[in-house]
Amino acid sequence: MKGPYVDFAGLSPLIALLGGAAIVLLVGLLGARWVRAQAVPALTLAVLGAALGLTIWQWNAQKSIVSGALRIDSLALVLNVVLIAGGACTVLLAWRALAARESGHGEFHALLLSSIGGMSLLASAQNTVALFVGLELLSIPLYVLCATEMRREHSLESGLKYLIIGSVGSATLLYGLAMIYGATGATDFSAIATALSSNGLATDPLTLTGIALCVAGLCFKASVAPFHQWTPDVYEGAPTPVTAFMAVATKVAALGVFLRFFDVALIEAHASWGPAVAVLAAITILVGNVGALGQSSLKRMLAYSSVAQAGYMLAGVVVATALGVQATVLYLAVYVLMNMAAFAVIVAREREIGAHDPDGRVGDSIESLRGLGRERPYLAWPMTISMLALAGIPATAGFIGKFYLIDAAVSGGYTWLGVAIVIGSMISLGYYLPVIAAMWMREAPAGEGLPGPSPPTASAPEPTVGALPVLAGGSPELDEQAPANGGAAETGFPIAGSQPEVVLVAVLAGGATLFFGVIPQPLFNLVHGVGSALGLL
Amino acid sequence: MPLSILVWLPAACGALGAILCTLAGRGHVPAPAPAPAAEQTTVIDSDPSAASLPPRGAAELSRSDSAMRIPGALALAGSLLALALAIGYIADYKAGGGPQHVTDVVWISSLGIHYKLAITGLNVFLVGLTTLLFAAAALATNLRDERSRPANPRLFWLFFMLAESAVLGAFLAQDLALFVVFFDLMLIPFYFLTGIDWDPAHPRGTREERVKATIKLVIYTLVGSLLMLAAAIATGVLAAQQGGGHITFVLSSLQALPLSTGSQEWIFLFFAAAFLVKMPAFPLHGWMPDGYRAMPIEVLMVFSGVLSKVGAYGFLAIVLPLFPQGAAHFQTLMLLIALASIVYGSALAFTQTDARLIAGYSSVAQLGFITLGIFALNPQGAQGALLQMVNHGLVVAPLLFIVLLLSQRAGGSEDVRAMGGIAFRAPVLASLFLIVALATLAIPGSSNFVGEFLILLGVFKAKLAIAIIAFSGVVMASVYALRLFIRAMHNRVGSSVDSREISIRDGAVLVPLIAVIVLLALYPQFALHRSEAAVKATIVRIP
Repeated sequence: MKGPYVDFAGLSPLIALLGGAAIVLLVGLLGARWVRAQAVPALTLAVLGAALGLTIWQWNAQKSIVSGALRIDSLALVLNVVLIAGGACTVLLAWRALAARESGHGEFHALLLSSIGGMSLLASAQNTVALFVGLELLSIPLYVLCATEMRREHSLESGLKYLIIGSVGSATLLYGLAMIYGATGATDFSAIATALSSNGLATDPLTLTGIALCVAGLCFKASVAPFHQWTPDVYEGAPTPVTAFMAVATKVAALGVFLRFFDVALIEAHASWGPAVAVLAAITILVGNVGALGQSSLKRMLAYSSVAQAGYMLAGVVVATALGVQATVLYLAVYVLMNMAAFAVIVAREREIGAHDPDGRVGDSIESLRGLGRERPYLAWPMTISMLALAGIPATAGFIGKFYLIDAAVSGGYTWLGVAIVIGSMISLGYYLPVIAAMWMREAPAGEGLPGPSPPTASAPEPTVGALPVLAGGSPELDEQAPANGGAAETGFPIAGSQPEVVLVAVLAGGATLFFGVIPQPLFNLVHGVGSALGLL
Repeated sequence: MPLSILVWLPAACGALGAILCTLAGRGHVPAPAPAPAAEQTTVIDSDPSAASLPPRGAAELSRSDSAMRIPGALALAGSLLALALAIGYIADYKAGGGPQHVTDVVWISSLGIHYKLAITGLNVFLVGLTTLLFAAAALATNLRDERSRPANPRLFWLFFMLAESAVLGAFLAQDLALFVVFFDLMLIPFYFLTGIDWDPAHPRGTREERVKATIKLVIYTLVGSLLMLAAAIATGVLAAQQGGGHITFVLSSLQALPLSTGSQEWIFLFFAAAFLVKMPAFPLHGWMPDGYRAMPIEVLMVFSGVLSKVGAYGFLAIVLPLFPQGAAHFQTLMLLIALASIVYGSALAFTQTDARLIAGYSSVAQLGFITLGIFALNPQGAQGALLQMVNHGLVVAPLLFIVLLLSQRAGGSEDVRAMGGIAFRAPVLASLFLIVALATLAIPGSSNFVGEFLILLGVFKAKLAIAIIAFSGVVMASVYALRLFIRAMHNRVGSSVDSREISIRDGAVLVPLIAVIVLLALYPQFALHRSEAAVKATIVRIP
């Protein structure tokens, strides 16, 4: 007996990610502290680099592997690149993070890598079983990652909330997949499509119920309204690097599977789900943007903003054309850049101020950015660019992305959805602009003479020497580590402060957002083959 | 690509100035960040900002003047060079020709967006106006005394020059998507120019007011222009579907593929929203008073003089040629909005006491006239509108600069009640002001008179009743212009007025602007002749 043929070349990025996760986990067991704190993240970056290299090696592949369970095509490969970029940024943001130290560096990074592996699997899933496996492989490490700041109540709460709601979402999706299997007798996407077209099953009640449940399940993952309620709480509670990862990577994976599942397997039933998803997209745009207004926590604000952005991107799914797929993927790439720039700044600010400093400033509050334009231009500019890009202002990649999405929506006959996108952008100015205003148009709070017993002015010298104890929270174990970290802090660039890698992420992501806003052709080249890969017009 | 040089030269100068200033400044004074480190504090925490703020502020003032002057000097050089280039283009413009000096490069091929710039009869004088006003404003800011110069010259000039580039780009763009890009882009520098406190010694209102004003300004304007974005994309897509070809946004190609009447009508409304907010026209002017109060007056000179014209220019260059049926369908509505703007703007202009807002509301009225001319939908009206756009820019900028001079003489107040009697010791200033005031009220012999005359002639042909009411605007203009002049220059001497003659440096800003007003008054045909063919082409397809 000969075993089935395995195309290792096609599987290689996935193998690199999951195998790398195992290696990272084992290396994390080594004793030396520098190995855990420095070598493990470096190794994780190396694994991501290897996966990226293998992805590029496969660049022109167009094949189904593992007996049709996975499809390696340009959609999968492009999403892999985007996911790996998001993952690499996350590793850099988490380099000195409390979360990685508390949970163990090996465990943290292994979980991160397996989650990326799940996303990569999801992006190439070509049957419903692979889809579900990918989704769970993505989700379960994320539940844990959310709770990695083990001594902070909110982090645990966030992990638990995400676990419960995520499981409901997964279960819903599984029901849906089962019903579609019941109706069509197939798990393979192309077989489902054939069954739907040939037997007139597209309007069968069982199919429709299945589709509805699948929409609901995936909407939980992509935080599409009205299934988004978990998003702000989980984003706010999770450690910020993890939030950044969730915000970008989960969205990429969820929308990737939306594209492949709905625009390939269920394309025959487009007439039934198209209008429904379009309405969901419009509701999401409205709910996300209105919800973000008046938030004082940047993480909550970005959570609602990510809900709104999911709504924009659904527009590309709804039209089910090659143009729509390309627009969605392009927007996903841009979305990763914009959000990474913003989250990097939040990470930097949180560490500088401390999650909750004695003066009542919260690290992720908009107030914490006051005076940043003057004090820390290398953080203020990326944040400014990111906010402008998220709002869709020209000369940033966000504008190009939105332009392409509206173009796709109008071409696909959903002009009203295009108008909904611009109305959403209008509302979004109401919360993006105050962030910019805080950075450039307000002095750092001390300059204004905040009411209160001890403005930072008076007590500046003492607490600054011990900034790390604030960062280290109440853990004795960490207080022990603090001096060592403090030492590292002193050696940082004067410009970049003590965290050059975080500033690097901010500057790179912000710079790329600007660059692709002026010269977008590389992005268009990247997504060029994506639409035709799905066999759409 | 010579036109690209004109467009991007200002922004390049702004960026270069910022870079050079940073490099030069670093050598002299240790950058502020290490200072706290010397005091045994780590950089990691909230960077004891307050403790080090006053010394840092002082350090910035004393920080080698030469380094801090680089951005301003470069910006002035850049804007003057742009002015020289623009004059060259005006001189070179051949009347009656089509687009000239065309630059056409594919920018985003997948979306059919071209980077297409050209000089046309519609934009040639507006480009001249833009470069002139930006040069004048740059000069005025550079000639300010040491203390009241922008506190952070790098950022100020970066945004100021970026604004000039964006405005020039909007005027020159011959591709609908490119126009939208520039139209939205020009808002961003003005957002920062309005919101940041450039002159902490003389703050313009409280910080809260200013931040509110900027957010209002941006939201109003972007609401309009985002609707325009959707409409622009729809135009390209629908035209491509109709023509069956590849999607394109080049204006001339779009013109060849007229949309159905139904599409034209809703698209027209979206575009109109953007342009009317920008102008601003009566029901959509809510951002104007706060915005005007919050801006530094040099910035306001270009904002009021130039940005409002982009809206009017958009109607002429984009809406009328691309959506003629839509324009015809909403003609009456637009004329009524214009009329309301005239009446409302004039009425408020002569009840305000803040000299800036008198200028602001008079602009609402003047832009009302311009809209009126455009939507007369005949050659006379459109020509008058185009001439009046240039005239208004030429008049409002010196007017605002005079407001600055007056406030310097009235103890810093811009309230006309605090002024008075200045003419007594400042006859030259008074005469220059009188010329501007008379041009504002369109006295016969001024170029404004020609403009308003043509506009009213056009409207008479189109809608008689509206023209008759619009005449009241002409009368009201003389009331508010003369009221401002009399209250500020004559009457009893104000309590804290310290009347001085105009200085040479102020004259250097004011006299060239007034010289252009006089020249255009002597020979308006110069502008009319060159724009005639282009204006006729824009309305030729109106049903």
